[in-house]
Amino acid sequence: MSQTTIKQLADRLASGKTSSVELCQDYLARIQAGNPKLNAFITVDAERTLAEARAADARRAANNAGPLTGVPIAHKDIFCAEGWLTTCGSKMLANFVSPYDAHVIGQFKAAGMPCLGKTNMDEFAMGSSTETSYYGPTRNPWDSARVPGGSSGGSAAAVAARITPAATGTDTGGSIRQPAALCGITGLKPTYGVVSRYGMIAFASSLDQGGPMATTAEDCALLLNVMAGFDARDSTSLEREKEDYTRDLARPLAGLRIGLPKEFFGAGLSGDTAIAVEAAIEQFKKLGAVIVEVSLPNSGLSVAAYYVIAPAEASSNLSRFDGVRYGYRTPDYGDLTEMYEKSRAEGFGAEVKRRIMIGTYVLSHGYYDAYYLQAQKLRRLIAQDFAAAYRQCDVILGPTAPTTAFKLGEKADDPVEMYLSDIYTIAVNLAGLPGMSLPCGLDGQGLPIGLQLIGDYFSEARMLNVAHQYQLATDWHQRTPGGF
Amino acid sequence: MSLSIDDVRRIAHLARIRVGEDEAVQYQSQLNGVFDLIARMQAVDTAGVAPMAHARDLFQRLRADAVTEPNRREAFQAVAPQVAGGFYLVPKVIE
Repeated sequence: MSQTTIKQLADRLASGKTSSVELCQDYLARIQAGNPKLNAFITVDAERTLAEARAADARRAANNAGPLTGVPIAHKDIFCAEGWLTTCGSKMLANFVSPYDAHVIGQFKAAGMPCLGKTNMDEFAMGSSTETSYYGPTRNPWDSARVPGGSSGGSAAAVAARITPAATGTDTGGSIRQPAALCGITGLKPTYGVVSRYGMIAFASSLDQGGPMATTAEDCALLLNVMAGFDARDSTSLEREKEDYTRDLARPLAGLRIGLPKEFFGAGLSGDTAIAVEAAIEQFKKLGAVIVEVSLPNSGLSVAAYYVIAPAEASSNLSRFDGVRYGYRTPDYGDLTEMYEKSRAEGFGAEVKRRIMIGTYVLSHGYYDAYYLQAQKLRRLIAQDFAAAYRQCDVILGPTAPTTAFKLGEKADDPVEMYLSDIYTIAVNLAGLPGMSLPCGLDGQGLPIGLQLIGDYFSEARMLNVAHQYQLATDWHQRTPGGF
Repeated sequence: MSLSIDDVRRIAHLARIRVGEDEAVQYQSQLNGVFDLIARMQAVDTAGVAPMAHARDLFQRLRADAVTEPNRREAFQAVAPQVAGGFYLVPKVIE
Protein backbone atom coordinates (compact mmCIF):
# COMPACT_ATOMS: atom_id res chain seq x y z
CA MET A 1 0.00 0.00 0.00
CA SER A 2 1.45 3.32 -1.08
CA GLN A 3 0.99 6.40 1.11
CA THR A 4 2.08 8.74 -1.62
CA THR A 5 0.56 12.20 -1.56
CA ILE A 6 0.23 14.66 -4.44
CA LYS A 7 2.98 16.66 -2.77
CA GLN A 8 5.35 13.66 -2.72
CA LEU A 9 4.52 12.71 -6.32
CA ALA A 10 5.19 16.30 -7.45
CA ASP A 11 8.57 16.26 -5.64
CA ARG A 12 9.53 12.94 -7.27
CA LEU A 13 8.63 14.30 -10.70
CA ALA A 14 10.56 17.53 -10.09
CA SER A 15 13.67 15.64 -9.01
CA GLY A 16 13.50 13.36 -12.07
CA LYS A 17 13.03 10.19 -9.97
CA THR A 18 9.93 9.25 -11.94
CA SER A 19 7.99 10.31 -15.02
CA SER A 20 4.31 11.02 -15.51
CA VAL A 21 4.06 8.00 -17.80
CA GLU A 22 5.46 5.75 -15.04
CA LEU A 23 3.11 7.22 -12.47
CA CYS A 24 0.08 6.85 -14.71
CA GLN A 25 1.00 3.27 -15.60
CA ASP A 26 1.30 2.47 -11.90
CA TYR A 27 -2.09 3.98 -11.05
CA LEU A 28 -3.80 2.45 -14.11
CA ALA A 29 -2.53 -0.95 -12.92
CA ARG A 30 -3.92 -0.26 -9.43
CA ILE A 31 -7.26 0.73 -10.96
CA GLN A 32 -7.31 -2.45 -13.05
CA ALA A 33 -6.66 -4.52 -9.93
CA GLY A 34 -8.85 -2.61 -7.45
CA ASN A 35 -11.78 -1.31 -9.45
CA PRO A 36 -13.59 -4.65 -9.97
CA LYS A 37 -14.05 -4.78 -6.17
CA LEU A 38 -15.06 -1.12 -5.86
CA ASN A 39 -16.81 -0.01 -9.07
CA ALA A 40 -15.35 3.42 -8.33
CA PHE A 41 -14.75 4.28 -12.00
CA ILE A 42 -17.33 4.50 -14.77
CA THR A 43 -14.76 5.14 -17.51
CA VAL A 44 -11.05 4.34 -17.77
CA ASP A 45 -9.22 5.10 -21.02
CA ALA A 46 -5.56 4.14 -20.60
CA GLU A 47 -4.48 5.37 -24.04
CA ARG A 48 -5.94 8.80 -23.46
CA THR A 49 -4.39 8.99 -19.97
CA LEU A 50 -0.96 7.95 -21.24
CA ALA A 51 -1.11 10.47 -24.12
CA GLU A 52 -1.71 13.20 -21.52
CA ALA A 53 1.15 11.78 -19.42
CA ARG A 54 3.55 11.89 -22.38
CA ALA A 55 2.56 15.52 -23.01
CA ALA A 56 3.25 16.30 -19.33
CA ASP A 57 6.68 14.67 -19.52
CA ALA A 58 7.44 16.67 -22.67
CA ARG A 59 6.47 19.85 -20.84
CA ARG A 60 8.81 19.01 -18.01
CA ALA A 61 11.63 18.19 -20.46
CA ALA A 62 11.08 21.61 -22.05
CA ASN A 63 11.34 23.32 -18.62
CA ASN A 64 7.72 24.38 -18.94
CA ALA A 65 6.24 22.44 -16.01
CA GLY A 66 4.04 23.84 -13.25
CA PRO A 67 4.16 22.56 -9.65
CA LEU A 68 1.82 19.61 -10.32
CA THR A 69 2.59 18.85 -13.99
CA GLY A 70 2.54 15.09 -14.52
CA VAL A 71 0.62 14.19 -11.33
CA PRO A 72 -2.49 12.22 -12.32
CA ILE A 73 -5.99 12.83 -10.94
CA ALA A 74 -9.44 11.27 -11.41
CA HIS A 75 -12.54 13.33 -12.15
CA LYS A 76 -16.10 12.87 -10.97
CA ASP A 77 -18.22 11.96 -13.98
CA ILE A 78 -20.21 15.18 -13.55
CA PHE A 79 -17.41 17.23 -15.15
CA CYS A 80 -17.61 17.45 -18.95
CA ALA A 81 -14.25 16.47 -20.43
CA GLU A 82 -13.75 16.74 -24.19
CA GLY A 83 -13.51 13.32 -25.81
CA TRP A 84 -14.42 11.48 -22.58
CA LEU A 85 -17.70 9.75 -21.98
CA THR A 86 -19.46 11.98 -19.42
CA THR A 87 -22.49 10.19 -17.97
CA CYS A 88 -23.29 11.97 -14.68
CA GLY A 89 -24.15 8.49 -13.40
CA SER A 90 -27.25 8.37 -15.62
CA LYS A 91 -28.65 6.22 -18.42
CA MET A 92 -29.75 9.57 -19.86
CA LEU A 93 -26.12 10.36 -20.77
CA ALA A 94 -24.88 6.80 -21.38
CA ASN A 95 -23.66 7.76 -24.86
CA PHE A 96 -22.64 11.38 -24.21
CA VAL A 97 -19.05 12.02 -25.27
CA SER A 98 -18.54 15.61 -24.24
CA PRO A 99 -17.67 18.03 -27.05
CA TYR A 100 -16.10 20.50 -24.59
CA ASP A 101 -14.19 20.84 -21.31
CA ALA A 102 -15.59 22.09 -18.02
CA HIS A 103 -13.61 25.03 -16.60
CA VAL A 104 -12.26 22.74 -13.87
CA ILE A 105 -11.07 20.21 -16.48
CA GLY A 106 -9.43 23.02 -18.44
CA GLN A 107 -7.63 24.18 -15.28
CA PHE A 108 -6.22 20.68 -14.67
CA LYS A 109 -5.20 20.38 -18.32
CA ALA A 110 -3.42 23.74 -18.12
CA ALA A 111 -1.65 22.48 -14.98
CA GLY A 112 -0.57 19.40 -16.96
CA MET A 113 -2.33 16.86 -14.74
CA PRO A 114 -3.40 13.72 -16.66
CA CYS A 115 -6.92 12.36 -16.13
CA LEU A 116 -6.95 8.78 -14.79
CA GLY A 117 -10.62 8.28 -15.52
CA LYS A 118 -14.16 9.33 -14.62
CA THR A 119 -15.51 8.30 -11.23
CA ASN A 120 -18.86 6.84 -10.28
CA MET A 121 -21.51 8.94 -8.57
CA ASP A 122 -25.17 9.06 -7.60
CA GLU A 123 -27.23 9.82 -10.70
CA PHE A 124 -27.03 13.58 -11.37
CA ALA A 125 -25.41 13.85 -7.89
CA MET A 126 -28.74 13.07 -6.23
CA GLY A 127 -27.98 10.74 -3.37
CA SER A 128 -25.82 10.09 -0.33
CA SER A 129 -24.65 6.53 -1.07
CA THR A 130 -23.72 6.25 -4.79
CA GLU A 131 -26.45 3.59 -5.02
CA THR A 132 -28.55 5.60 -7.50
CA SER A 133 -25.87 5.34 -10.21
CA TYR A 134 -27.11 3.67 -13.40
CA TYR A 135 -23.67 2.01 -13.53
CA GLY A 136 -24.16 0.13 -10.26
CA PRO A 137 -23.20 1.10 -6.71
CA THR A 138 -19.66 1.88 -5.61
CA ARG A 139 -18.49 -0.16 -2.62
CA ASN A 140 -16.69 1.20 0.41
CA PRO A 141 -13.06 -0.03 0.39
CA TRP A 142 -13.20 -0.42 4.20
CA ASP A 143 -16.10 -2.91 3.94
CA SER A 144 -17.49 -3.98 0.58
CA ALA A 145 -20.95 -4.57 2.08
CA ARG A 146 -21.17 -0.86 2.85
CA VAL A 147 -21.70 2.32 0.84
CA PRO A 148 -18.94 4.89 0.27
CA GLY A 149 -21.38 7.77 0.84
CA GLY A 150 -22.35 10.06 -1.96
CA SER A 151 -22.79 11.58 -4.28
CA SER A 152 -19.00 11.73 -4.96
CA GLY A 153 -18.68 8.13 -3.73
CA GLY A 154 -16.54 6.88 -6.62
CA SER A 155 -13.99 9.64 -6.06
CA ALA A 156 -13.91 9.01 -2.30
CA ALA A 157 -13.57 5.23 -2.62
CA ALA A 158 -10.82 5.53 -5.25
CA VAL A 159 -8.78 7.95 -3.12
CA ALA A 160 -9.30 5.83 0.02
CA ALA A 161 -8.11 2.67 -1.78
CA ARG A 162 -5.13 4.66 -3.13
CA ILE A 163 -5.97 3.71 -6.71
CA THR A 164 -5.82 7.43 -7.53
CA PRO A 165 -3.76 10.02 -5.62
CA ALA A 166 -6.67 12.50 -5.67
CA ALA A 167 -9.98 13.22 -7.33
CA THR A 168 -12.46 15.99 -7.95
CA GLY A 169 -15.90 16.04 -6.39
CA THR A 170 -18.93 18.29 -6.21
CA ASP A 171 -20.97 19.22 -3.17
CA THR A 172 -24.58 20.43 -3.29
CA GLY A 173 -25.67 19.26 0.18
CA GLY A 174 -22.62 17.35 1.43
CA SER A 175 -21.55 15.31 -1.61
CA ILE A 176 -17.81 15.92 -1.09
CA ARG A 177 -17.73 15.95 2.74
CA GLN A 178 -20.04 13.01 3.56
CA PRO A 179 -18.28 10.46 1.27
CA ALA A 180 -14.89 11.82 2.41
CA ALA A 181 -16.01 11.05 5.99
CA LEU A 182 -17.38 7.59 5.18
CA CYS A 183 -14.21 6.62 3.26
CA GLY A 184 -11.63 8.19 5.58
CA ILE A 185 -10.19 10.86 3.28
CA THR A 186 -9.94 14.66 3.22
CA GLY A 187 -12.32 16.73 1.08
CA LEU A 188 -13.08 20.42 0.74
CA LYS A 189 -16.15 22.27 -0.52
CA PRO A 190 -15.06 25.84 -1.21
CA THR A 191 -17.06 29.03 -0.71
CA TYR A 192 -19.81 29.21 -3.33
CA GLY A 193 -18.44 30.95 -6.43
CA VAL A 194 -14.74 30.14 -5.90
CA VAL A 195 -14.72 27.21 -8.37
CA SER A 196 -16.46 27.72 -11.73
CA ARG A 197 -19.54 25.60 -12.45
CA TYR A 198 -19.05 25.87 -16.23
CA GLY A 199 -19.28 22.36 -17.68
CA MET A 200 -20.17 20.84 -14.32
CA ILE A 201 -23.54 19.23 -15.04
CA ALA A 202 -26.03 21.28 -13.02
CA PHE A 203 -28.13 19.88 -10.17
CA ALA A 204 -29.04 22.86 -7.94
CA SER A 205 -27.22 25.88 -9.32
CA SER A 206 -27.37 28.10 -6.22
CA LEU A 207 -25.77 25.31 -4.12
CA ASP A 208 -23.45 23.28 -6.42
CA GLN A 209 -19.73 23.74 -5.87
CA GLY A 210 -16.75 21.67 -7.03
CA GLY A 211 -13.79 20.87 -4.82
CA PRO A 212 -10.79 18.59 -4.20
CA MET A 213 -10.75 15.14 -2.53
CA ALA A 214 -7.37 13.76 -1.46
CA THR A 215 -5.54 12.05 1.38
CA THR A 216 -4.30 15.21 3.12
CA ALA A 217 -5.31 18.83 3.71
CA GLU A 218 -2.02 19.93 2.14
CA ASP A 219 -2.97 18.10 -1.09
CA CYS A 220 -6.41 19.74 -1.02
CA ALA A 221 -4.69 23.14 -0.79
CA LEU A 222 -2.46 22.35 -3.78
CA LEU A 223 -5.46 21.14 -5.80
CA LEU A 224 -7.63 24.12 -4.88
CA ASN A 225 -4.83 26.34 -6.24
CA VAL A 226 -5.50 24.65 -9.60
CA MET A 227 -9.32 24.56 -9.43
CA ALA A 228 -10.15 28.04 -8.11
CA GLY A 229 -10.33 31.10 -10.28
CA PHE A 230 -12.62 33.50 -12.05
CA ASP A 231 -14.43 32.24 -15.15
CA ALA A 232 -16.69 34.58 -17.10
CA ARG A 233 -18.69 31.59 -18.45
CA ASP A 234 -20.20 30.95 -14.99
CA SER A 235 -22.39 33.95 -14.14
CA THR A 236 -21.88 33.27 -10.42
CA SER A 237 -18.08 32.90 -10.57
CA LEU A 238 -16.49 35.43 -8.24
CA GLU A 239 -13.97 37.98 -9.51
CA ARG A 240 -11.30 37.83 -6.83
CA GLU A 241 -7.53 38.04 -6.60
CA LYS A 242 -5.86 34.65 -7.10
CA GLU A 243 -5.02 33.10 -3.71
CA ASP A 244 -2.32 30.66 -2.65
CA TYR A 245 -4.25 28.23 -0.46
CA THR A 246 -1.04 26.75 0.95
CA ARG A 247 0.11 30.07 2.41
CA ASP A 248 -1.15 29.46 5.96
CA LEU A 249 -0.45 25.73 6.30
CA ALA A 250 2.44 26.14 8.73
CA ARG A 251 0.70 28.69 10.95
CA PRO A 252 0.46 27.64 14.64
CA LEU A 253 -3.05 27.23 16.05
CA ALA A 254 -2.41 29.07 19.34
CA GLY A 255 -5.37 31.34 20.04
CA LEU A 256 -7.57 29.82 17.31
CA ARG A 257 -11.20 30.06 18.44
CA ILE A 258 -13.12 26.88 17.55
CA GLY A 259 -16.90 27.08 17.80
CA LEU A 260 -18.89 23.98 18.71
CA PRO A 261 -22.52 24.26 17.64
CA LYS A 262 -24.55 22.61 20.39
CA GLU A 263 -27.13 21.50 17.80
CA PHE A 264 -24.51 19.20 16.18
CA PHE A 265 -23.92 17.20 19.36
CA GLY A 266 -27.46 16.18 20.28
CA ALA A 267 -29.68 13.18 19.71
CA GLY A 268 -29.06 11.32 16.45
CA LEU A 269 -25.27 11.41 16.68
CA SER A 270 -23.87 7.90 17.07
CA GLY A 271 -21.73 7.19 20.14
CA ASP A 272 -18.50 6.30 18.36
CA THR A 273 -18.67 9.42 16.21
CA ALA A 274 -19.30 11.64 19.25
CA ILE A 275 -16.32 10.07 21.07
CA ALA A 276 -13.97 10.55 18.10
CA VAL A 277 -15.02 14.18 17.63
CA GLU A 278 -14.53 14.82 21.37
CA ALA A 279 -11.01 13.37 21.10
CA ALA A 280 -10.29 15.69 18.16
CA ILE A 281 -11.44 18.65 20.24
CA GLU A 282 -8.96 17.63 22.98
CA GLN A 283 -6.23 17.44 20.32
CA PHE A 284 -7.02 20.97 19.15
CA LYS A 285 -6.86 22.22 22.75
CA LYS A 286 -3.37 20.71 22.99
CA LEU A 287 -2.46 22.62 19.84
CA GLY A 288 -3.48 25.85 21.57
CA ALA A 289 -7.03 26.33 20.32
CA VAL A 290 -9.74 27.88 22.49
CA ILE A 291 -13.15 26.19 22.49
CA VAL A 292 -16.34 28.27 22.52
CA GLU A 293 -19.94 27.09 22.39
CA VAL A 294 -21.99 28.57 19.57
CA SER A 295 -25.56 28.05 18.44
CA LEU A 296 -27.08 27.49 15.01
CA PRO A 297 -30.73 27.45 16.11
CA ASN A 298 -32.23 27.05 12.63
CA SER A 299 -29.85 24.34 11.40
CA GLY A 300 -32.40 21.64 12.28
CA LEU A 301 -34.61 23.02 9.52
CA SER A 302 -31.90 22.94 6.87
CA VAL A 303 -32.87 19.50 5.54
CA ALA A 304 -36.49 20.60 5.06
CA ALA A 305 -35.52 23.87 3.34
CA TYR A 306 -32.96 22.04 1.18
CA TYR A 307 -35.51 19.49 -0.05
CA VAL A 308 -37.56 22.36 -1.41
CA ILE A 309 -34.78 24.50 -2.87
CA ALA A 310 -32.57 21.76 -4.39
CA PRO A 311 -35.42 19.86 -6.13
CA ALA A 312 -36.93 23.16 -7.35
CA GLU A 313 -33.66 24.10 -9.02
CA ALA A 314 -33.14 20.52 -10.25
CA SER A 315 -36.58 20.40 -11.88
CA SER A 316 -35.60 23.45 -13.91
CA ASN A 317 -32.02 22.36 -14.69
CA LEU A 318 -33.01 18.83 -15.73
CA SER A 319 -35.70 20.05 -18.12
CA ARG A 320 -32.87 20.27 -20.67
CA PHE A 321 -32.87 16.46 -20.95
CA ASP A 322 -35.63 16.17 -23.50
CA GLY A 323 -34.24 13.66 -25.99
CA VAL A 324 -33.70 16.36 -28.64
CA ARG A 325 -30.18 17.80 -28.49
CA TYR A 326 -28.22 15.16 -26.56
CA GLY A 327 -28.73 12.14 -24.38
CA TYR A 328 -31.26 9.33 -24.42
CA ARG A 329 -34.32 9.23 -26.70
CA THR A 330 -36.93 6.51 -26.34
CA PRO A 331 -36.99 4.20 -29.41
CA ASP A 332 -40.77 4.16 -29.57
CA TYR A 333 -42.96 7.31 -29.70
CA GLY A 334 -45.72 9.04 -31.60
CA ASP A 335 -46.05 12.76 -30.90
CA LEU A 336 -43.60 15.20 -29.30
CA THR A 337 -45.11 15.04 -25.80
CA GLU A 338 -44.94 11.26 -25.82
CA MET A 339 -41.31 11.48 -26.93
CA TYR A 340 -40.47 13.79 -24.02
CA GLU A 341 -42.41 11.79 -21.42
CA LYS A 342 -41.07 8.40 -22.41
CA SER A 343 -37.48 9.57 -22.95
CA ARG A 344 -37.44 11.10 -19.46
CA ALA A 345 -39.27 8.17 -17.83
CA GLU A 346 -36.80 5.67 -19.33
CA GLY A 347 -33.65 7.81 -19.13
CA PHE A 348 -33.91 8.96 -15.49
CA GLY A 349 -33.73 6.72 -12.42
CA ALA A 350 -36.26 6.69 -9.56
CA GLU A 351 -34.54 9.19 -7.23
CA VAL A 352 -34.01 11.74 -9.99
CA LYS A 353 -37.66 11.44 -11.01
CA ARG A 354 -38.79 11.87 -7.40
CA ARG A 355 -36.76 15.05 -7.03
CA ILE A 356 -37.94 16.48 -10.35
CA MET A 357 -41.54 15.87 -9.25
CA ILE A 358 -40.98 17.46 -5.81
CA GLY A 359 -39.45 20.49 -7.51
CA THR A 360 -42.20 20.71 -10.10
CA TYR A 361 -44.82 20.65 -7.36
CA VAL A 362 -43.24 23.27 -5.07
CA LEU A 363 -42.88 25.66 -8.01
CA SER A 364 -46.39 25.04 -9.36
CA HIS A 365 -49.21 27.56 -9.24
CA GLY A 366 -50.63 28.07 -5.76
CA TYR A 367 -47.78 26.42 -3.84
CA TYR A 368 -44.86 28.75 -4.55
CA ASP A 369 -45.27 30.96 -1.45
CA ALA A 370 -45.90 28.12 0.98
CA TYR A 371 -42.87 26.12 -0.13
CA TYR A 372 -40.26 27.86 -2.25
CA LEU A 373 -40.55 31.33 -0.73
CA GLN A 374 -40.71 29.95 2.82
CA ALA A 375 -37.61 27.83 2.16
CA GLN A 376 -35.73 30.87 0.86
CA LYS A 377 -36.63 32.79 4.01
CA LEU A 378 -35.36 29.92 6.15
CA ARG A 379 -32.21 29.96 4.07
CA ARG A 380 -31.68 33.57 5.15
CA LEU A 381 -32.20 32.64 8.82
CA ILE A 382 -29.70 29.77 8.51
CA ALA A 383 -27.08 32.07 6.92
CA GLN A 384 -27.68 34.65 9.68
CA ASP A 385 -27.07 31.97 12.35
CA PHE A 386 -23.61 31.34 10.89
CA ALA A 387 -22.85 35.09 10.69
CA ALA A 388 -23.69 35.41 14.40
CA ALA A 389 -21.52 32.39 15.27
CA TYR A 390 -18.50 33.82 13.42
CA ARG A 391 -18.58 36.86 15.69
CA GLN A 392 -17.52 34.45 18.46
CA CYS A 393 -15.21 32.01 16.67
CA ASP A 394 -12.84 31.59 13.70
CA VAL A 395 -13.94 28.14 12.58
CA ILE A 396 -16.84 25.83 13.46
CA LEU A 397 -16.17 22.16 14.23
CA GLY A 398 -18.47 19.16 14.45
CA PRO A 399 -19.15 15.73 12.99
CA THR A 400 -19.49 15.43 9.19
CA ALA A 401 -22.13 12.69 9.27
CA PRO A 402 -24.28 11.25 12.09
CA THR A 403 -23.04 7.69 11.50
CA THR A 404 -20.22 5.82 9.79
CA ALA A 405 -20.77 3.99 6.47
CA PHE A 406 -24.11 2.16 6.34
CA LYS A 407 -24.88 -1.05 4.50
CA LEU A 408 -25.82 -1.17 0.84
CA GLY A 409 -29.60 -1.22 0.55
CA GLU A 410 -30.12 -0.15 4.17
CA LYS A 411 -31.63 3.24 3.29
CA ALA A 412 -32.26 2.75 -0.43
CA ASP A 413 -36.04 2.36 -0.12
CA ASP A 414 -36.58 5.22 2.30
CA PRO A 415 -35.69 8.59 0.73
CA VAL A 416 -36.27 10.53 3.96
CA GLU A 417 -33.91 8.31 5.98
CA MET A 418 -31.27 8.77 3.26
CA TYR A 419 -31.74 12.56 3.25
CA LEU A 420 -31.03 12.74 6.99
CA SER A 421 -27.48 11.42 6.50
CA ASP A 422 -26.63 14.96 5.27
CA ILE A 423 -28.05 16.67 8.36
CA TYR A 424 -24.74 18.31 9.37
CA THR A 425 -23.60 19.31 5.90
CA ILE A 426 -26.63 20.87 4.20
CA ALA A 427 -26.77 24.16 6.14
CA VAL A 428 -23.26 24.98 4.84
CA ASN A 429 -24.44 24.84 1.22
CA LEU A 430 -27.54 26.90 1.95
CA ALA A 431 -25.32 29.63 3.45
CA GLY A 432 -22.70 29.28 0.66
CA LEU A 433 -19.88 28.74 3.19
CA PRO A 434 -16.73 26.60 2.80
CA GLY A 435 -16.69 23.24 4.60
CA MET A 436 -14.35 20.29 4.79
CA SER A 437 -14.14 16.79 6.20
CA LEU A 438 -11.05 15.02 7.49
CA PRO A 439 -10.54 11.65 9.18
CA CYS A 440 -10.57 11.73 13.00
CA GLY A 441 -10.98 8.11 14.08
CA LEU A 442 -12.36 4.64 13.47
CA ASP A 443 -15.52 3.22 15.00
CA GLY A 444 -15.88 -0.12 16.79
CA GLN A 445 -16.13 -1.89 13.44
CA GLY A 446 -13.02 -0.22 12.05
CA LEU A 447 -14.92 2.21 9.83
CA PRO A 448 -13.63 5.77 9.37
CA ILE A 449 -15.17 8.77 11.14
CA GLY A 450 -15.13 12.28 9.65
CA LEU A 451 -14.56 15.59 11.38
CA GLN A 452 -16.18 18.62 9.76
CA LEU A 453 -14.69 22.12 9.73
CA ILE A 454 -16.91 24.99 8.58
CA GLY A 455 -15.27 28.31 7.84
CA ASP A 456 -16.46 31.84 7.21
CA TYR A 457 -16.63 33.02 3.59
CA PHE A 458 -13.23 32.80 1.82
CA SER A 459 -11.45 31.32 4.85
CA GLU A 460 -10.30 28.19 2.95
CA ALA A 461 -6.59 28.91 3.61
CA ARG A 462 -7.25 29.15 7.35
CA MET A 463 -9.38 25.95 7.37
CA LEU A 464 -6.68 24.06 5.47
CA ASN A 465 -4.18 25.37 8.03
CA VAL A 466 -6.32 24.03 10.89
CA ALA A 467 -6.72 20.65 9.16
CA HIS A 468 -3.03 20.44 8.25
CA GLN A 469 -1.88 21.14 11.81
CA TYR A 470 -4.27 18.43 13.05
CA GLN A 471 -2.85 16.00 10.48
CA LEU A 472 0.71 16.80 11.58
CA ALA A 473 -0.30 15.78 15.13
CA THR A 474 -2.43 12.71 14.26
CA ASP A 475 -2.26 9.81 11.81
CA TRP A 476 -5.93 9.07 11.11
CA HIS A 477 -5.51 10.34 7.54
CA GLN A 478 -2.77 7.74 6.96
CA ARG A 479 -4.97 4.78 7.94
CA THR A 480 -5.91 2.77 4.88
CA PRO A 481 -8.30 -0.09 4.20
CA GLY A 482 -6.69 -3.50 3.70
CA GLY A 483 -6.71 -5.36 0.41
CA PHE A 484 -5.70 -2.68 -2.10
CA MET B 1 -50.89 17.88 3.39
CA SER B 2 -51.25 14.74 1.38
CA LEU B 3 -50.93 14.24 -2.37
CA SER B 4 -53.66 12.26 -4.14
CA ILE B 5 -53.02 9.93 -7.04
CA ASP B 6 -54.44 12.61 -9.33
CA ASP B 7 -51.94 15.13 -7.91
CA VAL B 8 -49.10 12.72 -8.68
CA ARG B 9 -50.34 12.25 -12.25
CA ARG B 10 -50.68 16.03 -12.73
CA ILE B 11 -47.16 16.69 -11.39
CA ALA B 12 -45.70 13.91 -13.55
CA HIS B 13 -47.33 15.42 -16.62
CA LEU B 14 -46.05 18.92 -15.75
CA ALA B 15 -42.58 17.38 -15.39
CA ARG B 16 -43.00 15.46 -18.69
CA ILE B 17 -42.31 12.12 -17.03
CA ARG B 18 -44.55 9.19 -17.95
CA VAL B 19 -45.72 7.35 -14.84
CA GLY B 20 -47.48 3.97 -14.93
CA GLU B 21 -50.38 3.06 -12.60
CA ASP B 22 -48.30 0.99 -10.14
CA GLU B 23 -45.53 3.58 -10.17
CA ALA B 24 -47.99 6.38 -9.34
CA VAL B 25 -48.99 4.60 -6.13
CA GLN B 26 -45.35 4.18 -5.14
CA TYR B 27 -44.52 7.82 -5.94
CA GLN B 28 -47.57 8.94 -3.95
CA SER B 29 -46.33 7.31 -0.76
CA GLN B 30 -42.67 8.35 -1.22
CA LEU B 31 -43.50 11.94 -2.14
CA ASN B 32 -45.85 12.23 0.83
CA GLY B 33 -43.02 11.06 3.08
CA VAL B 34 -40.79 13.81 1.73
CA PHE B 35 -43.53 16.42 2.12
CA ASP B 36 -43.98 15.36 5.75
CA LEU B 37 -40.29 16.21 6.23
CA ILE B 38 -40.66 19.51 4.37
CA ALA B 39 -43.75 20.44 6.42
CA ARG B 40 -41.51 21.02 9.47
CA MET B 41 -40.49 24.36 8.07
CA GLN B 42 -44.08 25.67 8.10
CA ALA B 43 -43.85 26.02 11.88
CA VAL B 44 -41.29 28.84 11.63
CA ASP B 45 -42.47 32.44 11.69
CA THR B 46 -40.66 34.13 8.82
CA ALA B 47 -42.64 37.36 8.72
CA GLY B 48 -40.35 40.21 7.67
CA VAL B 49 -37.49 37.91 6.56
CA ALA B 50 -36.19 38.69 3.07
CA PRO B 51 -35.99 35.54 0.91
CA MET B 52 -32.44 34.46 0.02
CA ALA B 53 -32.48 33.30 -3.58
CA HIS B 54 -28.79 32.67 -3.93
CA ALA B 55 -25.72 32.05 -1.80
CA ARG B 56 -24.27 35.44 -0.83
CA ASP B 57 -26.96 37.43 -2.67
CA LEU B 58 -24.85 37.53 -5.81
CA PHE B 59 -25.38 39.98 -8.61
CA GLN B 60 -25.78 38.69 -12.13
CA ARG B 61 -22.86 39.92 -14.15
CA LEU B 62 -23.45 41.19 -17.68
CA ARG B 63 -21.03 40.51 -20.50
CA ALA B 64 -20.17 42.67 -23.47
CA ASP B 65 -22.50 42.13 -26.44
CA ALA B 66 -19.78 40.58 -28.59
CA VAL B 67 -19.23 37.25 -30.34
CA THR B 68 -17.05 35.04 -28.15
CA GLU B 69 -17.74 31.47 -29.30
CA PRO B 70 -16.91 29.87 -32.64
CA ASN B 71 -19.61 27.93 -34.49
CA ARG B 72 -19.21 24.27 -33.48
CA ARG B 73 -22.53 23.00 -34.75
CA GLU B 74 -21.16 19.72 -36.13
CA ALA B 75 -19.43 18.83 -32.85
CA PHE B 76 -22.54 19.61 -30.82
CA GLN B 77 -24.89 17.82 -33.19
CA ALA B 78 -22.67 14.73 -33.18
CA VAL B 79 -24.17 13.85 -29.77
CA ALA B 80 -27.81 14.48 -30.79
CA PRO B 81 -30.25 11.55 -31.18
CA GLN B 82 -31.44 12.60 -34.65
CA VAL B 83 -30.28 15.37 -36.96
CA ALA B 84 -30.49 16.11 -40.69
CA GLY B 85 -29.06 18.99 -42.69
CA GLY B 86 -27.97 20.82 -39.53
CA PHE B 87 -31.43 20.55 -37.93
CA TYR B 88 -32.57 18.57 -34.90
CA LEU B 89 -35.39 16.21 -35.87
CA VAL B 90 -38.50 15.85 -33.69
CA PRO B 91 -42.05 14.63 -34.41
CA LYS B 92 -44.14 17.06 -36.42
CA VAL B 93 -45.89 19.61 -34.14
CA ILE B 94 -47.72 21.74 -36.77
CA GLU B 95 -50.06 20.01 -39.19
